[in-house]
Parts: sequence; structure tokens; C-alpha cells
Amino acid sequence: MPEALRQNLWHVWLVFRRELATYFNSAGAYITLVAFVLIAGWFFSSSFFLINESDLRVLFGIIPIIYLFFIPAITMGLLAREKSAGTFELLITLPLEDWTVVWGKYLAAMALIAVGLLFSLVHFLTLALVATNMDTGAIISGYLGLLLAGGVYAAAGIFCSALTENQITAFILGFMIVFIFFMLNKVLLFVPGSMTAILQYLSMDFHLTNISRGVIDSRNLVYFGSMITLFLTLTVRVLEMRKWR
Amino acid sequence: MIRVENLVKNFGAVEAVRGINFTVQDGEILGFLGPNGAGKSTTLRILTTYLSPTAGSVSIDDYDITRHPTEVRRLIGYLPEQNPLYGDMLVYDQLSFVAAVRGIRGKAFRIALGRVMDVCGIREVIHRKLDELSKGYRQRVGLAQAIIHDPKILILDEPSSGLDPNQIVEIRELIKRLGKEKTVIMSSHILQEVQAVADRIVILNEGEVVADGTYAELMAGFEGRAQLTLELKNADQAAIEALPDRFPEIEIQQGEATAAGYRVRLSYPTGKDLREQLFLHAVESGWVVLEMSRQEAKLEDVFRQLTVKGAGARA
Repeated sequence: MPEALRQNLWHVWLVFRRELATYFNSAGAYITLVAFVLIAGWFFSSSFFLINESDLRVLFGIIPIIYLFFIPAITMGLLAREKSAGTFELLITLPLEDWTVVWGKYLAAMALIAVGLLFSLVHFLTLALVATNMDTGAIISGYLGLLLAGGVYAAAGIFCSALTENQITAFILGFMIVFIFFMLNKVLLFVPGSMTAILQYLSMDFHLTNISRGVIDSRNLVYFGSMITLFLTLTVRVLEMRKWR
Repeated sequence: MIRVENLVKNFGAVEAVRGINFTVQDGEILGFLGPNGAGKSTTLRILTTYLSPTAGSVSIDDYDITRHPTEVRRLIGYLPEQNPLYGDMLVYDQLSFVAAVRGIRGKAFRIALGRVMDVCGIREVIHRKLDELSKGYRQRVGLAQAIIHDPKILILDEPSSGLDPNQIVEIRELIKRLGKEKTVIMSSHILQEVQAVADRIVILNEGEVVADGTYAELMAGFEGRAQLTLELKNADQAAIEALPDRFPEIEIQQGEATAAGYRVRLSYPTGKDLREQLFLHAVESGWVVLEMSRQEAKLEDVFRQLTVKGAGARA
């Protein structure tokens, strides 16, 4: 591996580790996680026994809704807090590349999302104990879909956090972007036919439904990958803009 | 060596820095003086690659700041005006994070940590949370973090702001000690501080350099007036008011009769010392000198003259 890349990855790792420490040093992360687990559990269990089917489709329907609040809440502080505390100036004047800061922080948020999803595996285990004829493949790909959707939302969230020094503003902006992604597929009826294909491709629901049915299509993966890259690149650009303000 | 040439920085329509020039020699402590909003922080932020200049160039040891920002960042230790500390972290963790980013790990880190703990006097708080520390300690940790990689150049933006008088003295001593081996640029709006610490002073006003030189040079170039307070037994108002006829440089500022005689405050150009002549004149006139004290023009006067006059001219 070239020396420069090795050093950059080392920097990503350091920023990631420091950010995780901040998450778990504060009560905020625990509260957010507990809320995530409880809400997901409540909605899942209350309808699970009514439907009487051995799958997690309900859970996969609930989590994207919880994401609307959960993800902006964990990404809102990533850059906004550093700016208001002045530590942003430290990070920028250290011999670090801007993108390593963004990626380190993004991965820390992803780690927190992954922890939340891990807790929800308890429903999968319960199901596995009682289920007959369970579609494990669909469940695995469903989790992959949730992780990727979380990845897109978190990238949008860190982008919003880069735009402001106020965490509340970052949360509201993040919620709005994520909500648009969430709603696109639901408003297709009201838009002209020529635009439906584009809007549908942009909507999160469309790709998530595909993937949680157990179909891992490269079209879906390209969508998640390009959305994540787009938002993270925009975030780096916003950070660079501070120089020219 | 740091070389700043025709540096300009605009924020939209606001001209924060309007084409400034100065150089800093190796090992020099440069005091960067100016009223609030003069462009000090902006200039320092450009030097540390946080901001990009609108025009002009800055080179640090032959590295251009826009072309080689990473090299410049390695050379510099920087303490911004808002001390950049993670409140929820331990002092140790903060220092180890910054050191690791700078590639200092393992044994090298333990050595560096021991050095900055001693230099900055933070050994006793190393396992405390940053939020729990007093402002003075926080400032020392900020300095420790800026020198953990033993940088050649140290840039400090208002390092003593918000500290109490004892802490200010401590921080100044610390900066002086560091300045023995490093190039230091320190900004301040406190004159005594710059006077006490800096080898050379650059005064900035409204984004322009209005003075650049050692303390002695700045004082010499300044046509200020020294003030003299005299209390003379047997003198009366009429005789005192006649003094400017004898010494045309004198200007009487204030006088009052006292129990013993007359007390007067007068001023004359700094360059001329009239004390001896005034004493002889007093003897000649049969007055007894009860008090004679002189207040030299200070950096404060230079500063006021340069910055207030500049403001007046532009308004």
C-alpha cells in the first residue's frame, strides 16, 4: 500500500475512534440507542402475532421510519459540534486531509447504526426459535438493505451537519432530506408520468423493498453506493468552502 | 522564516486584510497587536492554512501555504483564540489523539508527553476531564497540544484572553520560555503583554500594518509627549503660567494651588528632557521642588495614536 494512503487510512481510524469515544462518553448515544431498540421492538411485537407469519417484514417496514429521527439525531453533532466548540479549527490545521475527517466521522455514525441493528437481531432470534420454514436469505438481505439505507441517510446527515454550527438546525435539515427520500415513492401518483421513473429510482423505498424481498440487484447497490458517495463528497466540498467564505 | 507578501483577505464585501507585508525571522517572538477586528485572527488563520488568502502569498520555510498546506501544518503548532479542546475527553486522550495524528506514537509519544507535561505544568491534571479544568489549565493544555510535536513555529491567537492576572503572568512566562527555541507569533490586544514578551511588534489596524519594529524603534518614531508632574513650594499660579514663555515646548495641562505652593502637570515632547532646566529654573525663582515625576509616553500612546488616527482618517 502506498505510504500516503496508509497514512490517510490511519487518520480515518483515529478520527473514527475519537468520534466513537465521544458517542459513548455522553448519555446521548445510549438514550438514542435505547429509544431505537424500544420503539422497533414495540411496533414489531404488537403486530407480529396478529399477522402470524414467520418473517421480519414488519420490522423491515418499521425501521426505515424510526431512521427518520434516529439517524439525523446521531449525525447532527458530527461536524456542527466541532464547529461550535472550536475543535474544528484544530482538526483542519492538523496535517489531516479533509476527507479523512469526514470518513472517520461517517464510519463512527455507521458503527452506531450497526449497533442499533444488532440489538434488533433479538427479534430474529425469537423468530428463529418458533418459526417454521423461515426465509433466512431474505432476512439477511433485508438487514443489508437496512444497513445501506442507514448509510445513505447518515451521509445526508453528516452533510447537513457540515452546513451549520447549530446541532438543532443540522437535525432539522437532516430530517427534511431523509424524509424526502422516504416519501418519494409514496407521492408518485401525484407527479406527471414522465417523471415517475426518475423519482422512483431516487426513492429509498423502491430500492429497500427490492432488497428486503431477497433480491440483491446491482442497480440497487449502485443506487446506495452513489448516494453515499454523493453526500460524502458534498460534505468534503462544504468543508473546503470555509476557506473561501 | 515566515514571509507574508501583499496578503489580502475579503469576506464578501468586507475587506478583513488589505495587503499586508511582514516577515518573521527564525527564533523571533513577534507580537501581533491591534484592536479587536483589526484582522489579526484572520491573518493567523491564513498562516495556519485554515483560510485561503484572496490574494498575495505566504511562505513558511520556503513552503507556500496554498501549495503545500500539509507540510506547513507539520511545521506549525497553533493555539486558536477559541481553545480547541474536546470537553468530554481526558487531557491524556486529547494529547494522544493530536500526537497520533501527527505520527507520534508509542515510546516517542511517552517522551513527548513527559516533555509537554513538565513545560506546561499539567502533570497533575493529565487524567482529568477537560470540562472539569479551570480556564488557566485549559489554556495550558491548549499550549501543550500545540507543542506536542516540538514544532519550529508556534502561532498563538490571544493566548491570555479570559485568564486571571496570575494565570496571565504564568502563560507569559511559558511563552517566553518557549520563544527561546521557537519562532513565535502571538496576537494580543493587550499592550503590556506584547511589550513584555515580544522581540518585535507589528501593529495592525483595519486590515493594514500601521507599524512594524522593535519596541525601541516604535517608541523612537513616535512624536509623543512625556508628562511631568511638579509640586513647587512658594510658587504661585501667575509664575507657573509664565513657564511656557521661558520654555516654549511646554504645555500646561493642569494646575492647582496646594497648601505648600502650587502643583502643576505639564507636557513636552518625549525627545527633550527638560527636568534639569526646570529644576534650575525653580532654584533661580526661589521655589523648592517637593515633587517631580515623569511619565514616559508608552506603547499605549503609540497604539492609540496609530489606531485611532487611522480610524479617524478613514471615517
